[in-house]
Amino acid sequence: MQTKRTTFTNRGLPYALVLPQLAITAIFFLWPAGQAFYQSFLRQDAFGFRTTFVWLDNYERLFADPSYLNSLWVTAIFAISTTVVSIGLALALAAAVDRMIRSARAYTTLLVWPYAVAPVVAGILWWFMFNPTIGILPYILDQFGYDWNHSLSRLDAMVLIVLAASWKQISYNFLFFLAGLQSIPHSLTEAAAIDGAGPVKRFFTIILPLLSPTTFFLMVVNVVYAMFDTFGIVHGTTEGGPAQSTNILVYKVYNDGFIGLNLGSSAAQSVVLMSIVVTLTVIQFRYIERRVEY
Amino acid sequence: MVENRPFLTFLSHLVLIAGVFVVAFPVYLAFIASTHGPTDFLSGLIPLLPGPHMIENYSTMLTEGVSTGGAPPLGTMMWNSLIMALTIAIGKIAISILSAFAIVYFRFPFRQTVFWAIFITLMLPVEVRILPTFEVVANLKMLNSYAGLTIPLIASATATFLFRQFFLTVPDELMEAARVDGAGALKFFRDILLPLSLTNIAALFVILFIYGWNQYLWPLLITTDADYYTIVMGIKRLADVTDAEPKWNLVMSATVLAMLPPVLVVIFMQRLFVKGLVETEK
Amino acid sequence: MAGIEIKNVRKTYAGGVEAIKGIDLTIPDGKLVVLVGPSGCGKSTLLRMIAGLETITDGTIEIGDKVVNKLEPAERDIAMVFQNYALYPHMSVRGNLAYGLKNRGTPKVEIAERIEEAARILEITPFLDRKPRQLSGGQRQRVAMGRAIVRQPKAFLFDEPLSNLDAKLRGHMRVEIRRLQRTFKTTAVYVTHDQLEAMTLADKLVVMNAGRIEQMGKPLDVYANPQSLFVAAFMGSPGMNLIAVGELQALGVGLPDAIPASTGTLGLRPEDVTLEAPAEPHIVIDASLDAVELVGSESLVYARAQGIEKDIVVRTPGIHPGEPGDALTLHVAHSALHCFEQTTGRKVEIQRAA
Repeated sequence: MQTKRTTFTNRGLPYALVLPQLAITAIFFLWPAGQAFYQSFLRQDAFGFRTTFVWLDNYERLFADPSYLNSLWVTAIFAISTTVVSIGLALALAAAVDRMIRSARAYTTLLVWPYAVAPVVAGILWWFMFNPTIGILPYILDQFGYDWNHSLSRLDAMVLIVLAASWKQISYNFLFFLAGLQSIPHSLTEAAAIDGAGPVKRFFTIILPLLSPTTFFLMVVNVVYAMFDTFGIVHGTTEGGPAQSTNILVYKVYNDGFIGLNLGSSAAQSVVLMSIVVTLTVIQFRYIERRVEY
Repeated sequence: MVENRPFLTFLSHLVLIAGVFVVAFPVYLAFIASTHGPTDFLSGLIPLLPGPHMIENYSTMLTEGVSTGGAPPLGTMMWNSLIMALTIAIGKIAISILSAFAIVYFRFPFRQTVFWAIFITLMLPVEVRILPTFEVVANLKMLNSYAGLTIPLIASATATFLFRQFFLTVPDELMEAARVDGAGALKFFRDILLPLSLTNIAALFVILFIYGWNQYLWPLLITTDADYYTIVMGIKRLADVTDAEPKWNLVMSATVLAMLPPVLVVIFMQRLFVKGLVETEK
Repeated sequence: MAGIEIKNVRKTYAGGVEAIKGIDLTIPDGKLVVLVGPSGCGKSTLLRMIAGLETITDGTIEIGDKVVNKLEPAERDIAMVFQNYALYPHMSVRGNLAYGLKNRGTPKVEIAERIEEAARILEITPFLDRKPRQLSGGQRQRVAMGRAIVRQPKAFLFDEPLSNLDAKLRGHMRVEIRRLQRTFKTTAVYVTHDQLEAMTLADKLVVMNAGRIEQMGKPLDVYANPQSLFVAAFMGSPGMNLIAVGELQALGVGLPDAIPASTGTLGLRPEDVTLEAPAEPHIVIDASLDAVELVGSESLVYARAQGIEKDIVVRTPGIHPGEPGDALTLHVAHSALHCFEQTTGRKVEIQRAA
């Protein structure tokens, strides 16, 4: 791993410098993660008196549990929908801003601030707009004959959290797409124009392929976001309902562990989640390595 | 621009205006709702134009809170949020810049191990280890305290990597020149490296302030004492009313107050914000 | 004031790569010694070992009769000028000059005096309160020099200080550095890959190759008397023509008997090859003109001789009127021939007829 050509020679100092970071990491990250791993092999009896070592039993039960399989499925749908919606809209907005010269900065300012809104706040804003009795969107939908009710309809509930999650994430994706677009050399689009490609064709044959590293990166980041940073959105709106239709994995692990106090199952869920994060992180870093080679 | 296409430009403006509308509309509605009296929501539809009760709603929330919601005045909660956001941002920057300095400017046994230990934190967000982390904090008697709200969150691989990346781009010769000039490690850090890192520190501060302010699950887990509620988690308690429609005007004024500080930070420090966001993901 | 004594110094990197393979070198007090060689020859490593920025695997380095192997750079009382100048970007020029003195606890008044003095000599007084990024390349170079001068060190170490400048400025600064070094009479070690810079600056020239000293001496001596094929090819622009003896014999060139039998290659400096026959004994090569480069004051004629792989370069004064294909007769005085041994590439002396 890289250092400077020459380094300082102090012996104790580097350890003192990394100590605070390492102490916090060990106490609040590594130890709990290890605990989760350990507890995932244990089970407590109903009164919490006795703990037995049950090997992989917690995992077997977990993957045989229809509500967990439902949660996996719900999470997948939620993550994919959120990724597609927010990436698609952000790309359109970024491409539009990239055409602007004088107004680019103003539009950017007007588009980026939802990044600063907390997920739970985003959830509440959309929950308010979609409120079946006083919300404006159900009112409009009603004019088209659609009876919106996210506390009864599974589809409506999913749409609600997807919209809230995407709304918050658009600004992030937008900024990365804009940076990607601005790093494409003008000479390339000019060469394509000389080769007879119109603006639309240029976008799909030149710009979009060149943006593919950014797009791939954002896909991974958005999936991570939808899976792990959206607890507040679900907790602030549907609370996993109706009928578990929006019970995404992080919400379930909270509910089963913290509210339901099912330690073994919660720990096993934590371990499954960790392996998902590890996989996504590895994919992301593979991609960064590849990007460095270019 | 290769060529001038008025229609495409028009279309782009159209897309952008629609985009800005979609992005802004939920917040506009929240703001409007926060300016009305409690009875204005009985008519069956959210009002679309401002009402006359703005000052009244906000001052109620800031100073008194809603007793039935079990939430203290927003002033207290915002203060807690501010402390949490500032401590997390400053703490993360401080410990990250030190460890990055050690990793880049020293060779020492177990350096690789240290690097990986820090790297692994990337893969362990709070959400995946809720219960055991809660237990650790409870055992350390850090529930319902500022220390409990902040310290477990200030280890950060991304901030460390950002500084590491930046330090690697600082020319080697600067450090060599400083050594020839008689500066030791800490002097070099204070006189040369820290001043050169100021922009990066500021950019990171913006991102981390937002991160800290918007923490939700963590304060939800470890605070049961209303004195330590943060505003972001407090909103949920306001909106949670079991048997009645929430007091929308008050909930929405709380919502607006909860998002105001980080949004203002993004708008007024846009350059730093963009830099921080794009560079922490490298 | 102090000389530098390098005794059997070696550098082996952690991976086992040997960068310096045993070097003995005396840098006399007050002299400017230039280390020159192609990239990767170890010249910068050696300089950085003198500075204390690289550890010494074996051997000793003394500055002013004191072994400095274990000393920090700051304790060696040297000053260094870096290729990219390494000015502290957030400090003003004044701050840059003062930093090393402050760290040494020099009194404020004296710091101010020394800065004034250095700034006057280097003509950077108007820029003292500017930041490095507001300066041109040449001005930054001067500030880097100033940072070394104010320190009044035992030795200046220069690590390719001019290679980031354009050709004209480089020539100018070369003269400047020479003048300053003469003025202060401070021992100096100067690393460069540019043989012209090396020739013009050095009191003592050290040609390095692959971690070893290939040859050292006064610049003109090294030029006139290259002791190996490597030095012959490296010094001079264009470099020496190096021709296999076998090729010349196959061409029927009459070589003098004095050439030792072990000779594998003959070296001819371009300026020693003449188109007119000199008075003294000489060899003759028949060739045809391949190309002419007109430099202005002189011409470089590329001559092709049958069976000889590379064109022979001839440096001739004025403008050569020839066209490609013209027949040429090349003459080289016997006394100007350099003979290199077939097996080792070392120089062998022509046996002078008594």
